Amino acid sequence: MLNPDSVGSTFAGTDSITVSQSEVDSFCAAIGESDTTIAPPTFTIRITLTQFEEILTRPEIGLDWSRLVHGDQKFEIFAPVKPGDELKCNATIESYRVAAGNEIVTVRSDLHRDNKLVVSAWSTLVVRA
Amino acid sequence: MIEVGANLPEKVFYLDRDLLKRYADASGDQNPIHQNEEFAVSVGLPNVIAHGMLTMALVGKYVSDFAGGSAKVVEFGARFTKPVIVPAGEKVDLTVTATVSEIADGKISLTLSATSAGVKVLGMAKAVVLQ
Repeated sequence: MLNPDSVGSTFAGTDSITVSQSEVDSFCAAIGESDTTIAPPTFTIRITLTQFEEILTRPEIGLDWSRLVHGDQKFEIFAPVKPGDELKCNATIESYRVAAGNEIVTVRSDLHRDNKLVVSAWSTLVVRA
Repeated sequence: MIEVGANLPEKVFYLDRDLLKRYADASGDQNPIHQNEEFAVSVGLPNVIAHGMLTMALVGKYVSDFAGGSAKVVEFGARFTKPVIVPAGEKVDLTVTATVSEIADGKISLTLSATSAGVKVLGMAKAVVLQ
């Protein structure tokens, strides 16, 4: 179970993540996007979900990642992400509830480049009972 | 000239197990429910299912194509209502359409529809792009 005290808190992720051309290339190839100079709109899930897993499974937070399904997802993109970008990611646990034994947690992650917010992404994650 | 209420042309994407593997590698999401049928069935799924985020990425491609490039997409959200089921050796459809819901402040809002085998797989799917 998620520690309820963590709701409302913001957690820092890995110090800095560099977006490589090869990872943008392979993401673009999978969806048939020919322009590899810009990351496709959902590309940053590659960064944020990895960061969520690292953060949310910390012992003091306690989410069970093994029974997780993705409920919904939203991106707000303030500036396009490009290969070579160095991004910092943090995650805020915005809401948490338990319904029929399922844990439903909404996490917002903010990606910054040069201290400017470039993407906010909301993920609603459901840990099945 | 795009007007509110306009229906955008339908586009059909095809998903197969090979694409699921390529998306797993591209996204880093190696959950076996998207690759291993035995595992998927063991956790109560009908078969291997596509990553919800793969479905969303393909709908994102539809949005980028309409907008004139990925850089013009400023908002994109969806709820994962039903899984896209991908049996071995088959290509399954992801059929995408959209309606223009608003045009304001240099931005176009789209209400998106995504179905597979006639079943709606995304709910509340919306995007906002720069005009």
